[in-house]
Amino acid sequence: MDFTFDDQQLAFRDAIRKFLMVEAAPEWLREIWETRSGRSLDLRTKLADQGLTAISVPEPHGGMGLGDLDWVLAQQELGYYAIPDSLNDTAYLAVDLLKRLPAGHALAAQWLPRIAQGTARIAIAHPVNPFTADAENADLLLLWHEDEIHALKPAQAKLTLNESIDMSRRLYRIDWTPTASSRVCDASAGRAIWEDLLNRAGLALAAQLVGLASRMLDLGIDHSVNRKQFGKPVGSFQAVKHHMADVAVKIEFARPVVYRAAYAMQKGQADRAVHVSHARLAAGEAARLAARRSIQVHGAMGYTWEADLQMFMKRAWALEANWGDRSFHKARVAAHVLDPVAELGPAHTF
Amino acid sequence: MRLEYTERQKAFRKEIRDWLAAHVPKEPLRSFDTEEGFAQHRAWERKLSGASLSAVTWPRDLGGRGLDLIEWLTFEEEYWRANAPLRVNQNGIFLLAPTLMEHGTEEQKKRFLPRMADGSDIWAQAWSESGAGSDMAAIRCKAVRDGDHYVLSGSKIWSTRAVWADWCFGLFRSDPASSRHHGLSFLLLPLKLPGITIRPIKQLNGLPGFAEIFFDDVRVPADNRIGEEGQGWNIAMATAGFERGLMLRSPARFQQTAKRLVDLYQQNRATADADPAIRDAVLKAWMDAEAYALATYATASRLARGGQIGAEASTNKIFWSELDVSMHEAAMSILGARAELMPHAPDAQGVEGWLDGFLFSLAGPIYAGTNEIQRNIIAERMLGLPRA
Repeated sequence: MDFTFDDQQLAFRDAIRKFLMVEAAPEWLREIWETRSGRSLDLRTKLADQGLTAISVPEPHGGMGLGDLDWVLAQQELGYYAIPDSLNDTAYLAVDLLKRLPAGHALAAQWLPRIAQGTARIAIAHPVNPFTADAENADLLLLWHEDEIHALKPAQAKLTLNESIDMSRRLYRIDWTPTASSRVCDASAGRAIWEDLLNRAGLALAAQLVGLASRMLDLGIDHSVNRKQFGKPVGSFQAVKHHMADVAVKIEFARPVVYRAAYAMQKGQADRAVHVSHARLAAGEAARLAARRSIQVHGAMGYTWEADLQMFMKRAWALEANWGDRSFHKARVAAHVLDPVAELGPAHTF
Repeated sequence: MRLEYTERQKAFRKEIRDWLAAHVPKEPLRSFDTEEGFAQHRAWERKLSGASLSAVTWPRDLGGRGLDLIEWLTFEEEYWRANAPLRVNQNGIFLLAPTLMEHGTEEQKKRFLPRMADGSDIWAQAWSESGAGSDMAAIRCKAVRDGDHYVLSGSKIWSTRAVWADWCFGLFRSDPASSRHHGLSFLLLPLKLPGITIRPIKQLNGLPGFAEIFFDDVRVPADNRIGEEGQGWNIAMATAGFERGLMLRSPARFQQTAKRLVDLYQQNRATADADPAIRDAVLKAWMDAEAYALATYATASRLARGGQIGAEASTNKIFWSELDVSMHEAAMSILGARAELMPHAPDAQGVEGWLDGFLFSLAGPIYAGTNEIQRNIIAERMLGLPRA
């Protein structure tokens, strides 16, 4: 029993953090927001140079062949810096889907090397999400249809842009017709792939939400240390301290749940769905509270466009309802907890 | 990361499970805040100790078993799973002992720990005073040096278990000219010494779980002092860290309550489902109890790699105490109009110990440093917010 990350995993995380600290400063995010696609080729190239597009691509396809436990640390950093890029959909979710296609499928050999190199963007359409982020900007769409997997070029579908409060998210309604030639994989093989894709997406967002919560907490702390009222920093008042302390507690008890879920995914454990949903709920709660408390301690500044907090709050609100909203994940937890044969209580954590 | 138990850990779990199955009293013991119940619980501690199970993380020569923290968590899981009796000596074993291990002399360890492990000495804590609660540095109880003794005068209050316990530990002002956290000494003393008067204080449940202790020129040998004279505050803070931090409230306790809550909900769904908030609270109880277990395993793993316990002492305390209150509130909601029934009421079938547990849960956010104090600690020491 050892619930820690090894030094190599932590060093990888630290490298990503250092890189994003420079390349994803808030003023840079604001510039990307203003572009038409909400994406930056320059940023994508840099992410690829850092190896982030290659994390879980198998080595024969030019990747690093790493797994969920490496990703979960990276995702937290992507959340902390509110990265405006479809890295997660492309390099984590689509890679997993492509890797698991029946052996020898042409699509895998065709796209995995390009993903690893950072020259492909892939968007994934699943009915749990009414809209698909980055569909127009993608080189390939992977779509769910009755558990089948279909693939299309964006031009082969009708895309309707739906603007999001998070300006870095370009959401599309996709109208398309499944055909024999768009079908990549039938439902019997597709079902398990989609199921795990849903779990991986839940895990990814949980980790990003923990990262976002930490960022919003840090912004709240910065503001309450610097802002003076009644002749002293507002952060010296208990009411403000307790707002921030509550967020810290939520984060502390969301993080291990997210790591537990990552382990369950990496090992393909039978109960991974409940761990992922638990992680999503815990991380979502932490992020919601962080947003609520951080805007409060920011005072009027928190309600402005100018304060950076808005970018992280908006991302958190958006992610929290994607890849399964709260009721979706609660239902999955309930299915486990209220199953009369479930083994609950002490000695059943692992 | 490796979230599987080793063969050795699995074998240990089985051994504990089998032993508890054979030895846990079939009839629940009376409350240890009654004279009879206290004696029953002392006898249970002796039985645990006979199997080297009363203080499993201590070295063998002091009455323990030399186990690591993961094995301790395993032991706790089996213990709570078996509905074994509450630990009447928890103030000694989980709060004082870690301090003795770290700051006591070899002689003190040998003198106090084996008798603690086998239940010969049951310990009470004596921290608070009427004017020193959350503000513990306001302690006024005096310990005046007189040769190789201290002479104690003053009083302590909210002293848990002191009505029937044998010994107590606490902080006393050994330097009369000192103020705040300076000039305090950490002393251990028998509660039967001449000059000590114990005034029982009834708790919310009507039982004398607290006491006020009056010291009237009580002579305590100086070799009952832990650490240097005047260093008591730092030593006590270490104890407080352990108390909040890891050992006092192992996650298994809350996981067992969460499991019982799920069972209670399942048995009462016909009425409970009329309020969707109840189902939400039940699911949240399970999730939060698991989260606390996961966080504790993470801390134990980190300590095993040479890490130190840090701010999680305070985040833990807030998390488990609020979880415990929410779980019991949910149980009260499920029981509805039967929730107020005392366990011995003729129609109290099915209410089990929920009312008692509910009352006790309300103490959690108050003892061991109120949750408000914990939030200050988190804000100032973990988040770096300025002191007032």
